[in-house]
Amino acid sequence: MKQLPEQLERLVATLETLDRGDRIQMLIELAEQFRPVPPRIAQRPYPAERRVPGCESEAYVWWEPEAKGNLVYYFAVENPQGISAKALASILGSSLSGAALDEVAEVPADIIYRIFGRELSMGKSLGLMGMVNMVCMAARQQMQAVRPEIASSGF
Amino acid sequence: MSKGIGERGYARTDVLVSTDWVEQHLNDPAVRIAESDEDPLLYSSNHIPGAVEIDWTRDLNDPIRRDYLGRIAFERLMRRIGATRETTIVLYGDKNNWWATYSFWLLQLFGHEKAKIMDGGRLKWIKENRPVTRDVPRYQPTNYQAPERDDTRFRAFRDQTLKHMEGKLPMIDVRSPEEYRGERLHMPDYPNEGALRGGHIPGARNVPWGRAVNQEDGTFKDAAELRKIYTEENKLRPEDEVIAYCRIGERSSHTWFVLRYLLGFSKVRNYDGSWTEWGNLVQAPVENPSAEARDEAAA
Repeated sequence: MKQLPEQLERLVATLETLDRGDRIQMLIELAEQFRPVPPRIAQRPYPAERRVPGCESEAYVWWEPEAKGNLVYYFAVENPQGISAKALASILGSSLSGAALDEVAEVPADIIYRIFGRELSMGKSLGLMGMVNMVCMAARQQMQAVRPEIASSGF
Repeated sequence: MSKGIGERGYARTDVLVSTDWVEQHLNDPAVRIAESDEDPLLYSSNHIPGAVEIDWTRDLNDPIRRDYLGRIAFERLMRRIGATRETTIVLYGDKNNWWATYSFWLLQLFGHEKAKIMDGGRLKWIKENRPVTRDVPRYQPTNYQAPERDDTRFRAFRDQTLKHMEGKLPMIDVRSPEEYRGERLHMPDYPNEGALRGGHIPGARNVPWGRAVNQEDGTFKDAAELRKIYTEENKLRPEDEVIAYCRIGERSSHTWFVLRYLLGFSKVRNYDGSWTEWGNLVQAPVENPSAEARDEAAA
């Protein structure tokens, strides 16, 4: 298994040192820092193909290449009560944007349990894992677009 | 705007309270307000002043096996939130009160009948700009004494559900039409619904839980509208034995609440094993219109 992108690993490791109460406070602060997709990238109504499957908080994901050929990730969370989805969007957007595509492509979906703890309902888990998976899928697609030989190497 | 709760023709009006009622009882020592959410961050982000959190996963589930907490753990929970058998527990939460009705259902397994749901849930309270806080209240622990959990009246297990199905008794699948039809919901590489097979229990009718709710404010529809859905369209009768199920039992607890309390069905049970159990059971009968349609097309 590949290493997590450095910024994500650092953030997750910090969360893991906190007790439940402090972890929740940190995640709430991250949710409060969330900034939705800029109008330059997307405007409502958002297209269905950008919607995260299985996410009941109505999360959407977009991406665009940056100078080095890696991706910048953008999110929208339409459910005003979707605070966990906002926290995760904030984490993924800040820690994976610009990270190496092969590292992003291999972020495991169950990273959500290291972030939120094991006390997630099945529905909430599926939605949050769907957000991670959609970012990974974007990275894989970008790798295939820029380096087609990768497509046959297992990614 | 919804009618007042007393004007909606419900079979029981004592189990549902308005946001106004809750605001008027914020300091009522006979009332304990409790928030139950799916999102583990919501309560800590803010909540109704004085409200305690009842966390579905940590507080109400057995930590090891798939079951609910037993009597001693339930007593510990109720003592911690400062409740006695005489305390009225008012539940509210996210997702149109899915998790609040789930907690309400569980309170009934322990016979705590003094319980109410706040109509419209958390979102209605927030939209009405009512007071919220991040302060977590502490209450004097009580000596709550609970009876053993009674799983016979309101809970259905898989063998009972199988017999129910074989007897062609009414069953309601409250999931989305796509889940009911067994259509693939997720793109490749995405997690599935936690079940190896899609579709529904043979004979179950699909009545998505959300049909019972007014979309504009999350309140329950009035009794005439609910009867139209459940008794006219779906031919259920209040004297019927009905089983409701969904994926893990949370959405179906919402429908259980509607049928039992708002429409007065006396014999309705929640199959909490739901599709995550049935869809994984070896040789369990399944109807999957989506797969059957694909097979026909391929033939």
